[in-house]
Amino acid sequence: MVRTITRSRDGVTPPRGSGPAAGGAAGRRPRVRRLTTILLFLLPALVLFCLLVLAPILLAGYASLFKWNGFGVLPTNFIGFDNFTRLFADEIFLGDLWRGFLLILMSVVIQLPLALAIAMLLNQRMRGRALYRLLFFAPYVLSEVIAGVLFTMVFSPEHGLANSVLGFVGLDGLASTWLSEPSTVMYSLFIVMTWKYFGFHMILYLAGRQSIPTEVTDAAAIDGANSWQIFRYVTLPLLGPTIRISVFLCVIGAIQLFDLVWVLTGGGPVHASETMAVTMFEFGFKRFQVGYASAISVVMFIISLVFALGYQRFVMRRDIQGAVTNMGGGS
Amino acid sequence: MSFSRRSAALLAATALLLAGCGGGQDEADPGSTATTIEWWHIQNIKPMQPVWEQLAREFEAKNPNVKIKITALENEAFKAKLTTVTQSGKAPDIFQTWGGGVMEQQVQADLIKDLTADISSWSGTLSPAALAAYQSGGKTYGVPYDIGMVGFWYNKPLFAKAGIKAPPVTWTEFIDDVKKLKAAGTTPIALAGKAKWPGHYYWTYLAMRIAGLDALKKAAVDKSFEQPDFIAAGQKVKELADLEPFQKGFLGADYDTPSGQAATMGNGKAAMELMGQWSPNVQRDTSKDLGADLGFFPFPSVEGGKGAATEALGGGGGFSVGADAPPQAVDFLKFISTPENQRRTVETGVVQPVVKGVEGAVKDQHAKLITENLAAATGFQLYLDQAYPPAVGQQVNDSVAELIAGTKTPEQVVQAITATAKTE
Repeated sequence: MVRTITRSRDGVTPPRGSGPAAGGAAGRRPRVRRLTTILLFLLPALVLFCLLVLAPILLAGYASLFKWNGFGVLPTNFIGFDNFTRLFADEIFLGDLWRGFLLILMSVVIQLPLALAIAMLLNQRMRGRALYRLLFFAPYVLSEVIAGVLFTMVFSPEHGLANSVLGFVGLDGLASTWLSEPSTVMYSLFIVMTWKYFGFHMILYLAGRQSIPTEVTDAAAIDGANSWQIFRYVTLPLLGPTIRISVFLCVIGAIQLFDLVWVLTGGGPVHASETMAVTMFEFGFKRFQVGYASAISVVMFIISLVFALGYQRFVMRRDIQGAVTNMGGGS
Repeated sequence: MSFSRRSAALLAATALLLAGCGGGQDEADPGSTATTIEWWHIQNIKPMQPVWEQLAREFEAKNPNVKIKITALENEAFKAKLTTVTQSGKAPDIFQTWGGGVMEQQVQADLIKDLTADISSWSGTLSPAALAAYQSGGKTYGVPYDIGMVGFWYNKPLFAKAGIKAPPVTWTEFIDDVKKLKAAGTTPIALAGKAKWPGHYYWTYLAMRIAGLDALKKAAVDKSFEQPDFIAAGQKVKELADLEPFQKGFLGADYDTPSGQAATMGNGKAAMELMGQWSPNVQRDTSKDLGADLGFFPFPSVEGGKGAATEALGGGGGFSVGADAPPQAVDFLKFISTPENQRRTVETGVVQPVVKGVEGAVKDQHAKLITENLAAATGFQLYLDQAYPPAVGQQVNDSVAELIAGTKTPEQVVQAITATAKTE
């Protein structure tokens, strides 16, 4: 069993030391020519990348150092890091950080295990399996805006579906004003997020589960492991890479959450469901303080970047070896 | 990773938008056969949309070398689109404006034309109160087509059921009536807490009644709202909110959605709302037409306050002209501002007259109520979220929403507004 696991890992990881060393001995000129060719082929993509990805990031970084209402081509009123000092004294922004953390925590602790459990269930042989998979995945295909509008109706305090259903099964006591109560709005939002995104993670886990050869689980069963032990000691470890990428996507998604919140609550009531992206939009497009909004976007970018790099470096190291951590040396 | 993709998409979308909007100026060569005028307005639904369309076609018929390209957008969509375009340094030839702080920023960015000289031959036909919103530093930057005011729209049968004989005239009477309505089992007030701007009317009107119009102007200039009168206005808002007069779940309610403020009123689920002249039209659009059951009374006076009960909070609609617009754009504004053509817009019942002598054209029963109150007005205050710079206006909306929700005190409200004013 242990040997199989090691082998499957080896299958993903290219053996170290082989490959590039062979080309290194081929002398200087062919190498230069090869580089030129590479550069030529890369050029169109590189230009697009610089114009559409790098330039906006740099521009946002530049604008964040100015007091600017967004009019005119470039800002002129340089104020240094004032936008950032103001940002970290702003109780709404500090609240955004806390709420973002809460969403990440709830997603990782509740949403992902739920998705995993359902994926495991749907991996069993059962009637209507394809239909269930389709049903659970469907919300992910829906646009955030449609999902948002849908749930404003579901959670409507007067004649919403949620309260009607609760009343029907005799749980009137649980009926609530869901989205219009500062103390409950985050949980309502999380319910919608879970409904919307768990299907995506479920599909990831299903795909991961199906790439595990049946021989492994069969062997465990023959060795006398019960179904929980098989899951705990065989399936779960082998799903490791899938789970790590799923957590990664989940966290990045939560940091940048915007559309769903905007449509559902607009960040309210009284900022109780506001996220960094919503605050950024408020300042950039409603208050015309583009410099300040840029500062928010820069902080968002840095948080995402630090998390992405850190996570890839320390958690996903084995899964993506050669892609990021091992740049020049890979084959 | 995902961040970059998103910004890339945003930039691409912006580029497309700009490419789509820049067309007007390039083709605007007076010597050639056709001049195109880009016109962005927000009357995207009946009954006004066909009227604007018709007027544009008639102007084209009279000026064969002019083409008017209309873009009719919903209010919020218009604001978002205009923001994107103006931040790139361009503006449509003719576009919706509310005057005030946003217009001021457009003036400073050289985006819109100073119309003072161009319209001097006919600006005298316009009502001075309506024109004032588009004037700054003695110059005129917009031409009004509509004016209106905010006041209480109320459901007469529900008031009668609660034993209220006449609409309240003072704040004390108003508070008593709210208590009576509650006692009668009626939700006294419909409010869209999610939209925020409807809530700011309460604080603004109370500030107008207690501190007066001049104090509001001065506070914005001095960037200082921390005054006893403004705190008193907040205390009155709190006094009202503490009675829990709003519909269930109002903090999550929008204005014009099926379960929003307008629909709550239209369906007879609340006795009154503080709203502008468009209120009956939106009620009809989202729920039912209350017809003759819908009455109107101006915001009550506050005992001992510096402001008069005849001072109105409101705003209207006007058109600004882009800095690079062809001269025919101003001709078109003159064309839609003739008494005959104003009459045609006013007859729809959703626009109030801004041209002198057209008042008689108001036929709609609800519109007439507004016309009468406007005629009696002795002072006029533009909505604060328009009059002030956008950041300050939004802060007023935000802080008042927090005050109504009970998370901020009247003192914290004025502190927050002052702090924001100082960042401008």
